[in-house]
Amino acid sequence: MSVRRLADDSVQPSSFSFTKENLAWAKKRIALYPKGREQSAIIPLLMRAQEQSGWVSKAAIEKCADMVNMPYIRALEVATFYTQFQLQPVGSKAHIQICGTTPCMLRGAEDLRALCQRKIAKKAHQLNEDGTLSWEEVECAGACVNAPIVTIGKDTYEDLTVERLEEIIDAFAAGKAKEITPGPQIDRQFSAPANGFTSLLNLNNISGKEKKSPANSKGKKTKNRVKSVNENKQATLFSAPKDKKDDLKLISGIGAVLEKKLNNLGITTFAQLAALKKADIKKIDDALSFKGRIERDEWIKQAKALAKGGVEEYIRQFGKKPV
Amino acid sequence: MTQIKVDGELIEVPDYYTLMQAAEAAGKQIPRFCFHERLSVAGNCRMCLVEVKGGPPKPQASCAMGVKDLRPGPNGEPAEIFTNTPMVKKAREGVLEFLLINHPLDCPICDQGGECDLQDQAMAFGLDSSRFTENKRIVEDKYLGPLIKTIMTRCIHCTRCVRFTTEIAGINELGLLGRGEDAQITPYIERALSSELVGNIVDLCPVGALTSRPYAFTARPWELTKTETIDVMDALGSAIRVDSRGCEVMRILPRINEDINEEWISDKTRYVWDGLKRQRLDRPYVRKGKKLVEANWDEALNLVARKIKKAGNRVGAIAGDLAGVEEMYALKKLINSVGSNNIDCRPPMSALEANMDRGVYIFNPTIAGIEESDCILIIGANPRFEASLLNVRIRKTWRAKDLPIGLVGQRVDLTYDYTHLGEDIDSVKALATGSHKFNKILKKAKKPIVIVGEGAISLAKNSKKTGRDILSMSLMIANNAGALREDWNGFGLLHNAAARVGGLDIGFVPDNGGASSLEQLELAKKGELDIIFLLGADEYDLQSLDKTFVVYIGSHGDVGAHHADVILPAAAYTEKSAIYVNSEGRVQMTKRAVFPPGEAKEDWAIIRALSARIDKILPFDNLAQLREKLYAEFPHLQNINQIKAGNISAMKKLAKIPAKTSNVLLRSPIKEYYLTNAIARASKIMAECVKARREREGANR
Repeated sequence: MSVRRLADDSVQPSSFSFTKENLAWAKKRIALYPKGREQSAIIPLLMRAQEQSGWVSKAAIEKCADMVNMPYIRALEVATFYTQFQLQPVGSKAHIQICGTTPCMLRGAEDLRALCQRKIAKKAHQLNEDGTLSWEEVECAGACVNAPIVTIGKDTYEDLTVERLEEIIDAFAAGKAKEITPGPQIDRQFSAPANGFTSLLNLNNISGKEKKSPANSKGKKTKNRVKSVNENKQATLFSAPKDKKDDLKLISGIGAVLEKKLNNLGITTFAQLAALKKADIKKIDDALSFKGRIERDEWIKQAKALAKGGVEEYIRQFGKKPV
Repeated sequence: MTQIKVDGELIEVPDYYTLMQAAEAAGKQIPRFCFHERLSVAGNCRMCLVEVKGGPPKPQASCAMGVKDLRPGPNGEPAEIFTNTPMVKKAREGVLEFLLINHPLDCPICDQGGECDLQDQAMAFGLDSSRFTENKRIVEDKYLGPLIKTIMTRCIHCTRCVRFTTEIAGINELGLLGRGEDAQITPYIERALSSELVGNIVDLCPVGALTSRPYAFTARPWELTKTETIDVMDALGSAIRVDSRGCEVMRILPRINEDINEEWISDKTRYVWDGLKRQRLDRPYVRKGKKLVEANWDEALNLVARKIKKAGNRVGAIAGDLAGVEEMYALKKLINSVGSNNIDCRPPMSALEANMDRGVYIFNPTIAGIEESDCILIIGANPRFEASLLNVRIRKTWRAKDLPIGLVGQRVDLTYDYTHLGEDIDSVKALATGSHKFNKILKKAKKPIVIVGEGAISLAKNSKKTGRDILSMSLMIANNAGALREDWNGFGLLHNAAARVGGLDIGFVPDNGGASSLEQLELAKKGELDIIFLLGADEYDLQSLDKTFVVYIGSHGDVGAHHADVILPAAAYTEKSAIYVNSEGRVQMTKRAVFPPGEAKEDWAIIRALSARIDKILPFDNLAQLREKLYAEFPHLQNINQIKAGNISAMKKLAKIPAKTSNVLLRSPIKEYYLTNAIARASKIMAECVKARREREGANR
């Protein structure tokens, strides 16, 4: 962040006035506050002014301050305090706010910034040559799980790659912003796991519908789709004993969904689990993309206890009831 | 009242106290930067952290937490705070270390050095070294006018200046822009601040970010001699401290006087000091031909003595705005001794007469009394520029409670809301007869104040004293509103000159057929006045004095000196001990901070010397003897800092509504606030203030 102050006089418009709709909205907004407390409306008013003209000019600040009967300096204090207020002109077609906070940075936000520096302007808040685009780096945009992300206007564009952001910028520059769907730019539903669902899998079966992510629900497929694993077609790895079926859910770490998955793989008894070898564990890990969950949750130990003496043995060993 | 333990000591304090007040009641010093008794609580410097037992497990800002916010102990014991625990020590060290991260280590070249809160507290509570190795922040300096020098890198964001200008001075021009590391104190537009009180932010600034521009790099606080005295720039007599070095006044600072100026002073009071060094009359002058040439005391006094002897009783004297009581007393005795009663200390056409009760010409409710008032009516005055600190008191009261204020006179910005009741004498008449809308509000008030400007009672139309009508009608308004009671005297005349009330008190007004100032000037025009004494009188139209021998006794080469035939150089208010009676009627005394320059003498001594040369020796040889005589004649003058109250029934007698009034507009006599007297007119700084104001107003247009 740097020192925030009013833009140079050369770019300041001589006057500002709200559009008819915005003025009506602003008056309503001011009326929400008790008499004598109208000044509380300064933030929404400034934001509305910014939405109307892209940035908050000196004239806009003075206009908003006048509307709530507030000294100009007090309104300017508010406008300079919140970095969300743009105090200089922004790109007429898009102002790209790149999230630069740790999760996004780790997932490649610096590359996105480099792209903006190359494609738009060297420095943040500068306009590109024809004044259509500008960019800045902002603090957390609040969608870390979909890092890296950028915010343009009120929308976020998530799970970006440099190529995808370039396409987005081009689309905005060409005035085809409507063709870009906001949200994850990969085949992913909101912030659901990028590699496919790991829980509530049968819900899809129950509803009988094919799983769709909002990104491709309109039939537009994004380029960098990640192949999702289709759990239902998993090959059986183990041969399940036909006569016996234990309640695997007793093992802490295995729920109804995992039990079903394990059953699909051919594991139905505690004894089977207790007898798993390292290679077997790896197989299961790969098949269900567990990443060490079996060791972490001590399935083998739990299964051994349950296989040996049932619930009593489990309580003796672990000091609590299996759930 | 509630009980609280401070460092183990159990004390009882009112429950509205903050922890800081409670700690101070227990005798514990709490360091602070942002907190100031007369400003709102900001709580942003964190220097006043204390430990609260059983409270939140972190240090608490004691300035912002109330005693009643604390939880009692588990068995209902009084709450307990600590100001000397390791936690508090560590907290203070931490705060100071953070403050010093971005504070430059330029104390050797900083004007605040030696009187800097940060310096003192870093010594008392800080660490010996910094662990910060990164680059320091720098901040651009801002322009706040000719009085304030800014070095904003030193700013620690206590926001005292912002709070003072908004709350006390009533201007919304300074703010804290940005946030965090990039926060900066900034004016909305970089130009001179539009207040007559901005100098106070120099005092308020706990570091060297805001310093006095005219005083920059001239002296260190420890090499200055401090003299506690009073100000004479307006009729309030604010308490000041004159800092001098050798024979030079280096600066003027306010002193605390809750009765008058609290702890603020106006810019004219503070920055007029360079006027004390310029345009000074430092030796006698005698007019030879058309030119004033240097002379010695003998020559000058002998010449004057010769002229007096020749003139008989065709002698007059006018005392100016800055004259002390002693010299007026001496001059009165001198004039009387030659059989004349032509003495005057009032502005031309003043409605005040020699036989009037004191209550008519003093500010009876007192300045501190304004805070008790519940309704104020201002007639023909602009208190903001006639008595800035009185205006501060009105604003303070107006902020604290619902205070209806009415103004008859020019529509001006007084820094508070008021109802404008009209501009002319008809509005005053309407108020006096009770037919004005504002009368209802006045009627309801329990402690109304009627403030009448000196300008309003000195109005004239066709050389008839219209001001007299305004005075009697104002008394009428006050009487009708119930402001003339034994327990509440709400009638206040607001004078514009420090000399005025003192002069009226000792009767430096013509009676027994004496000529007033205007009549003296008329006589002079006709050639019927042979000699006139101007005791620092510069505010009169002196064009008509060609035929008269003019003796100017004063400190500055201003209008009066230009018309003089003999100049007898005298002492300014910082160079003599003199009694002044302020607008409230409060008797105060100045102290000598430095000696008069060159051959200049104290005014009373000049008059005493002159009396010897005309063989009418005044009966005192020194100031103590003079005061003895003065006190014998006017006993109330020996009660320093006391007010002799006015007589209510005498005031009531003067209340009446004249049948016919000639219509005039009520205007404040102050045309240019920064240039109201000879000292201010000699000051370069005041001239710069005028220039800055004109630029600001030009930009506004």
